[in-house]
Amino acid sequence: MTQPKQIKVNAIKNGTVIDHIESGKAIKVLDILKLDGSQTVMIGINLHSKKLGSKDLIKIENKELTSDEVNSIALISPDASVTIIKDYNVAKKIQLQIPEYIEELIQCPNPKCITNIEKISSKFKLTADADVSVRCVYCEKKYRIDDVKVHT
Amino acid sequence: MNNLISMRDLTKEEIMLFMETAAKIEKGELNPNMERKLAALMFYEPSTRTHFSFATAMKKLGGQTITMRGTQNSSVQKGESFADTLQTLAQYADIIVLRTGIEGSARYAAEVVDIPVVNAGDGANQHPTQALLDLYSIIKTQGTLENLNIGVAGDLRFGRTVHSLVYSLSEFNPKFKFISPSFLQMPSYIKDDLVSQNIEFEELQEIDQKIEELDVLYVTRVQRERFADPEEYEKAKSSYILRRSMLAGVKDNFRVMHPLPRVDEISTDVDDTPYAYYFQQAKNGVYTRQAIYAVLLGGLK
Repeated sequence: MTQPKQIKVNAIKNGTVIDHIESGKAIKVLDILKLDGSQTVMIGINLHSKKLGSKDLIKIENKELTSDEVNSIALISPDASVTIIKDYNVAKKIQLQIPEYIEELIQCPNPKCITNIEKISSKFKLTADADVSVRCVYCEKKYRIDDVKVHT
Repeated sequence: MNNLISMRDLTKEEIMLFMETAAKIEKGELNPNMERKLAALMFYEPSTRTHFSFATAMKKLGGQTITMRGTQNSSVQKGESFADTLQTLAQYADIIVLRTGIEGSARYAAEVVDIPVVNAGDGANQHPTQALLDLYSIIKTQGTLENLNIGVAGDLRFGRTVHSLVYSLSEFNPKFKFISPSFLQMPSYIKDDLVSQNIEFEELQEIDQKIEELDVLYVTRVQRERFADPEEYEKAKSSYILRRSMLAGVKDNFRVMHPLPRVDEISTDVDDTPYAYYFQQAKNGVYTRQAIYAVLLGGLK
């Protein structure tokens, strides 16, 4: 039996669609974007996906994400795709790119790191390794991005 | 170069600049004049040796030092922030030498003040001046840093000194032998780095295994407190004690190095063999630190 095609999340007129978010990470993505609460947001969690099996999806009405905001999504779900919608049409597809330096968003997991002792913001540098890793600019410890807590 | 924070920051050329400067100072070919210079030695953590070495180096160049030890009797105890303490000392001194137990503190200090900062050890992270003096000792005894066969023994898991050394030698195509109890092995993140740089290494359990292949054996202390069970310590330590009898087949250029203080990991009967180099190594620390002052304070002419 074929499944009837159905729209589970409404189309938006203007705004941003973040698709192919790793299942279960939509809330985290939403958190990191620090929206001011005025936008209409639709969230789909564990939607069926041909490519991924299941995925999360976020649609934000009347907000065009900045490239910094887009890149911070990459820290949580690097394979997500971001599309800017204008008048119901795709205006722009944005490629996610983890920024070379990540400031404030990650708390250094090392309790002896100066960033956890003095009141200074954290700063990590993306390493050139195949696995997505970041190195604390201060204590120089390296962590896989999946193992660090991203501030939201 | 404005600061010396981490071996990670240094290019091969910069490492060689420190080596050449130290050599010139040792030979008397370069006499940097630091007569009007003042180094603030901020030692939040005790380290007699490192402190003496930095103080000696500055005094030998004609300069002076002021010292802050621990945080007792200082304004830190009154609640002054680290940044404020640094800012204040930076008003008095020309260079800050900083030792703390907090990882990344030297990098942060360099951001806060606009005079040069030298990292004299930031917790388990980096101790670049020790790494440079080790490299200077190696180049002096081997004539080169390239293609050497280096054994590193002791606490390889927590030993900041060996991490810096291994990391900085990686630029020079070494072959490593890592000798340690299994629970004090070189951390996997370092081994992964070596693999990705195609650097050959093997892990051994006995200090005299393959000793005849080595150019340098770098011995570090296995601290008793690393062992959960004191009996385990007593059992394990004999595998890591270097004795004179083990040196029968070593190469002529073979040298034993140690960052000191030694406990009993090098038997004293090694001291008067031609292979013992740890006390000269400590002396090299003064030349190296003189070179560091010279490079950072513009004393190369």
